[in-house]
Amino acid sequence: MALVLNEEQQMLRDSAKTFIQESSPVSALRELRDSGAEWSPELWSGMAEMGWTGIAISEDFGGLEFGYVGAGLVIEECGRTLAASPLLSSSFVCASLLEAVGSNTQKETLLPAVASGETIFTLALNESDRLDPSGIAMTAAADSDAFVLNGSKKHVVDGGIANTFVVVARTAGDSGNQDGLGLFLIDRDAEGLSIDTTFNADNRLVASLSFDSVRVAAEAVLGESGAAWPALERALDIGAVLSAAELLGIAQESFERTLGYLKERKQFGVPVASFQALQHRAAQLFCELELCKSCVLKALQAIDQDSPDRSRLASMAKAKVARTSKLAVNEAVQMHAGIGMTDEFDIGFFMKRSAAASQEYGDYYYHADRFAELGGY
Amino acid sequence: MANLEEFREQTRAWLDENCPASMRVPIKSDKDQCWGGRNWVFENEEQRLWLERMAAKGWTAPQWPKEYGGGGLSREEAKVLKQEMARILARRPLDSFGIDMLGPALLKFASEEQKQRFIPEIIRGEIRWCQGYSEPNAGSDLASLQMRAEDKGDHYLVTGSKTWTSYADQSDWIFCLVRTDFDAPKHQGISFLLFDMESPGVSTNLIKLISGNSPFCETVCENVKVPKENLVGELNKGWDIAKYLLTHEREMIGGFGLSRAGNKTLGQSAAQAIGTKDGRLTDGGIRADIADFEIDEMAFALTIERVVDEAKAGQGTGAASSLIKLYGTELNKARNELLMSIGGGEALAWGSEEKAKQVQRWLRSKGNSIEGGSSEIQLNIIAKRILGMPG
Repeated sequence: MALVLNEEQQMLRDSAKTFIQESSPVSALRELRDSGAEWSPELWSGMAEMGWTGIAISEDFGGLEFGYVGAGLVIEECGRTLAASPLLSSSFVCASLLEAVGSNTQKETLLPAVASGETIFTLALNESDRLDPSGIAMTAAADSDAFVLNGSKKHVVDGGIANTFVVVARTAGDSGNQDGLGLFLIDRDAEGLSIDTTFNADNRLVASLSFDSVRVAAEAVLGESGAAWPALERALDIGAVLSAAELLGIAQESFERTLGYLKERKQFGVPVASFQALQHRAAQLFCELELCKSCVLKALQAIDQDSPDRSRLASMAKAKVARTSKLAVNEAVQMHAGIGMTDEFDIGFFMKRSAAASQEYGDYYYHADRFAELGGY
Repeated sequence: MANLEEFREQTRAWLDENCPASMRVPIKSDKDQCWGGRNWVFENEEQRLWLERMAAKGWTAPQWPKEYGGGGLSREEAKVLKQEMARILARRPLDSFGIDMLGPALLKFASEEQKQRFIPEIIRGEIRWCQGYSEPNAGSDLASLQMRAEDKGDHYLVTGSKTWTSYADQSDWIFCLVRTDFDAPKHQGISFLLFDMESPGVSTNLIKLISGNSPFCETVCENVKVPKENLVGELNKGWDIAKYLLTHEREMIGGFGLSRAGNKTLGQSAAQAIGTKDGRLTDGGIRADIADFEIDEMAFALTIERVVDEAKAGQGTGAASSLIKLYGTELNKARNELLMSIGGGEALAWGSEEKAKQVQRWLRSKGNSIEGGSSEIQLNIIAKRILGMPG
């Protein structure tokens, strides 16, 4: 498959750019933060109206079935304006789990609401501070055909606004085993579940969850309990590539704003952009961003094509873009100098969101190591 | 496309019949290649036959016009030829700066007489060419070159030195940048001249590198007479021709960024050399550096693919050659540094060819980021021409 966008995809990207720059420019993030609001339901409805919430869901269940390249394009544009929404968590990561291992009843009942944006899902996986998908100690004990969950989760992205959690808990084995994991659907008002939310530096609400004998009926078990790993791994690959897409948007926007600033800012009687040291750093970053574009597109296509290289390409993309985004936002603040350090200026928001998005679904270190492991070393 | 498929069939049949067995073995080094030229000694009869047959079809220069002896193939047909040759591992019949660098420039800038005179000989591999550009005092600042070509009425008198002239000691003719106006601004006083290396006054010295022997030479000209009809293009307009040639050269060098097919990946080499435990390299530091490198290498390969695909789809931005040259050469240096670390003591061996291969490759790779427009120059170009930064 050629590494180019077809006409449909280009149109999607262009319309996404127009919509998000109008509905949620960076100033919208600032307003959200200053108001203390948890999120923007208004923006969410706008996204649903655009069809974004159903982009990667089959037409059979109310989606657009456009594919993951489309999902990536939309998320990348969101990255450019730092638009905050549960799109990644719900419409892509959790929707992929529902479609992959959901029963027909579950798919028919739940997916259309995910596709329409009516219901928001998020994945509750982390039990430590850095991604460790098989490091699950939380238990799901069988009780006839139901399960009883005990344990806790932390750093649950969109945990403050999700209606339903897809909880990863262990039905067998020990922490560290890939076997013995199950997926359980738990509504936020379930008995025995307590939710604590906090804002992170990027103004996104994350949650800690505590499960005290939370009961999960058979109908709310997603897929075969104890055998969730393949579907979970794929969902995490999707999460990693889409977070790479978001970071690509963040990095490109940071770079473009910085380049513009360098050309305008004058010191010592000349544009700061005429200093060779800065020119070389800008040129280097330009090259890295070009490489990132290639990685993200390839990894997205690999998901659409169900390529056997999907996981390795996902880790390649996330590692490369996370590293480049870190460079981009750091260069951005540094090159904006004093003004870049002020809260009043927007560039700091890019740095904050870059750090958070870099960690979601595995950071640079996690994915570089996984890339090596999948490469046989 | 029926015609293309027919062409493929015909090509396959012709190659099968006409490509000798010993020419179906991949080239491992410069020494395996046929460079042609007046003094060329063919490795064997098959090498000579292969050149003769391909040249007769014009397939040493597949896309050049038939009227000068070229193959006259379209881009698609040339691609088919390449694929069919690759299919039987047929090597290129002729390696030639005449074909890769000078020819395209002649086709664009030379007079009809010059094309008729020089191009057929290039295609047949009868004349071997070298490039006279850089001088001891004109490297990155090539336009400041000083080799003088004085107008003597019916000829030019050429005096000066060129450096980094690859294979000058084995070449028949040279295409040379000379200064024909010392009063004009530097870019506007340069001309493009062709002359015979056998001319009285021309001498060459081999340049040895830190990596050992090299094809590079210093070429010295002392009052060399060059007929006026050997001037290509207009007097003092040679810089345009030089620039045209340099872009092609740049992309050639950037190809080093990609691993040659069939080589082990770094990770695999390391696993073998260093050892693994539970399937993981026992040295975590080297493992992390290898992963970093391979991620960049893969991203670079995908970028070359994407640039090509975008150009085909009419979406190209034409910004690629500096990026490819810069990134590819830096990757090649990084690859060799890692191979030195992986190889440990074995990698340091000097002496006879086989043993010294790794250390030579490592040292030679340092030149990749210097030649063909240094990395620093590429960054300047990207900053100014692509990013529009001032100065």
